[in-house]
Amino acid sequence: MENFFSRYRNASLLMLVLFAQVLGLAVQVKRTETGGAEIGGTRLIRVWVVNAIAPLEKSLVNASHGVRNIWRNYVYLRGVRHENRDLKEQVERLRIEQVRLSEDAAQARRLQVLLGFKEKFISQTMAAQVIGSSGSEQSHVVYLDKGGSDGIKPDMAVITPDGIVGKVLRVYHASSQVLLINDPDSGVGAILESSRLQGILRGTAAGETMLRYVMSDEKVAPGDAVLTSGGDRIFPKGLPIGAVQQTNPGSDLFLNIRVKPAADLSRLEEVLVITKVVEGTPTQTEPSGTMRAADILAERLPSVPPKAPAAKPAGGVNAKLPGNPAVAPTAAGVQSQTAGANATAMPAVNAPKPAAASAGGPSDANATKPAAKPLPPVPPPGTPETARTDGTTTKPAVVKPAANKAAGSGDAAKPKSTNSAGQPPKPVTAPPQTQPGEDVSR
Amino acid sequence: MTDMPIVRTSREEIEVYRFGPVISILVPLLALVIQAFVPARVHAFAFFDLPLLVTIFFAVTRRSQMAGLMTGAIIGLVQDALTHQAIGLYGIAKTVVGYGASSLGVKIDVENPGTRLLVTAGFYLVHQAVYTLVARNILGATMEWLWARTLLAALLNGVAAIVLFAVLDRFKRGT
Repeated sequence: MENFFSRYRNASLLMLVLFAQVLGLAVQVKRTETGGAEIGGTRLIRVWVVNAIAPLEKSLVNASHGVRNIWRNYVYLRGVRHENRDLKEQVERLRIEQVRLSEDAAQARRLQVLLGFKEKFISQTMAAQVIGSSGSEQSHVVYLDKGGSDGIKPDMAVITPDGIVGKVLRVYHASSQVLLINDPDSGVGAILESSRLQGILRGTAAGETMLRYVMSDEKVAPGDAVLTSGGDRIFPKGLPIGAVQQTNPGSDLFLNIRVKPAADLSRLEEVLVITKVVEGTPTQTEPSGTMRAADILAERLPSVPPKAPAAKPAGGVNAKLPGNPAVAPTAAGVQSQTAGANATAMPAVNAPKPAAASAGGPSDANATKPAAKPLPPVPPPGTPETARTDGTTTKPAVVKPAANKAAGSGDAAKPKSTNSAGQPPKPVTAPPQTQPGEDVSR
Repeated sequence: MTDMPIVRTSREEIEVYRFGPVISILVPLLALVIQAFVPARVHAFAFFDLPLLVTIFFAVTRRSQMAGLMTGAIIGLVQDALTHQAIGLYGIAKTVVGYGASSLGVKIDVENPGTRLLVTAGFYLVHQAVYTLVARNILGATMEWLWARTLLAALLNGVAAIVLFAVLDRFKRGT
């Protein structure tokens, strides 16, 4: 026996090492199947390795950021002016869009309060930097530079502004491991935005994401947006996951739906970890400091110099507009129209703001009047476009059925907002060139 | 008969090399850090397996089976610790490769770039085969074996080995 081992010493050692590792694997598999905690030995190995590797990765990240910042901020400034101008225009557009969306959200919140919905809200996030990955094609995980000492805990959701990324799997002292949504071990409750069909998003060994458990008789079209359903108790409901890329009938009862993740999982740099989620009924309070779309438009439109009150005709220019399409309206008049049109779509619009009032021009004096009159009836389909001085037309704000419903369920009797002239918005019906159903803020 | 080419290098001609402790620790560590750092930014880099290349290099250069298998086992286990999977998959695969590469290093001369390419590509395939076998049979993982992708990766790793081994050759010391 002694001769055998001394003769085949290296082969014996190989068998011993392999046997030990297979045994270790079997123990880990057994622990996972029984739902047991990570065994102490493997946890210790992971902690040692990550604590040795993570600081080096952090140094590399910091160094690369330093070099990149020097290059971008001091050396490579070509096209910055042009880009700046484009970005300013984009900001303007987004501000208008944001106001419109925030009004829609406020409206949705009010309706949810009425219906007694309970929902999860992201109340706190923490920005973190991706410092590394597993380096393996079989394990789709990344490491963040924030860990237990920063308040990160297992099962926290990780997102980017584009979409969800994954969940925190293991937490170390100064770093954490995130399982990406394209890993085969990952599972996310998902819902198709248009059809409201629910399924489970799973990764594949090739790093793709597939939506499972949607019945094969359902119709799913490429391009359909996929959102989180909130069913996994990790990701809050309604976060973007991606879009349907391809649909094939599966071998079983379900469709094979390939989803293209909204977040670029192969080039993650900064992510947000959702550290606090509040569950409850949404409140009805308006966010402070919000501006109406009309107010922002008013800031952008040329204002008419204020006239002396004595010279102002009764009722102002705006009073003539709906009934007299032949009168060419001023920009201020258009503004008043748009504000009025928006007010019908926004049940809880604030009192007129200085920006809008100044754009109101000749009607400024009326802006001080209290908004006591009830909301006028919603313009019927066929609401006209309003002619602008430059020959273009602005379209009236869309009035959604939900808004009408809310107004009809008791809100209609409440005093509503006025237009920038301090008068209640007028039902716009008279002029021709009808094109209803579009939002003025666009 | 005197013009007959030498098809196998004799044992006496093969020189056994050694490395300082700093190089022995620093090079695998650096390979692991780069392997973890770069694919997070350049996804295509995941085709390469630098820890495997380092394992093969140390194994064929030292020409000791025991050193080869231990180097492979340690590097593999550390690589496992960076994944979310059970520890031992890379450990087993690299142990086998380390042992095999050192056994081969004893028998043939692997100083030639062409030989290095072939040896590395071959051991990459062995590595992937062992990994897939263990993952399927012990962990029950659903892993696909994609021939085209695996062969391409083997070739790319072989090319990378030529460059990397040439750099690492500077650190080896003769006995």
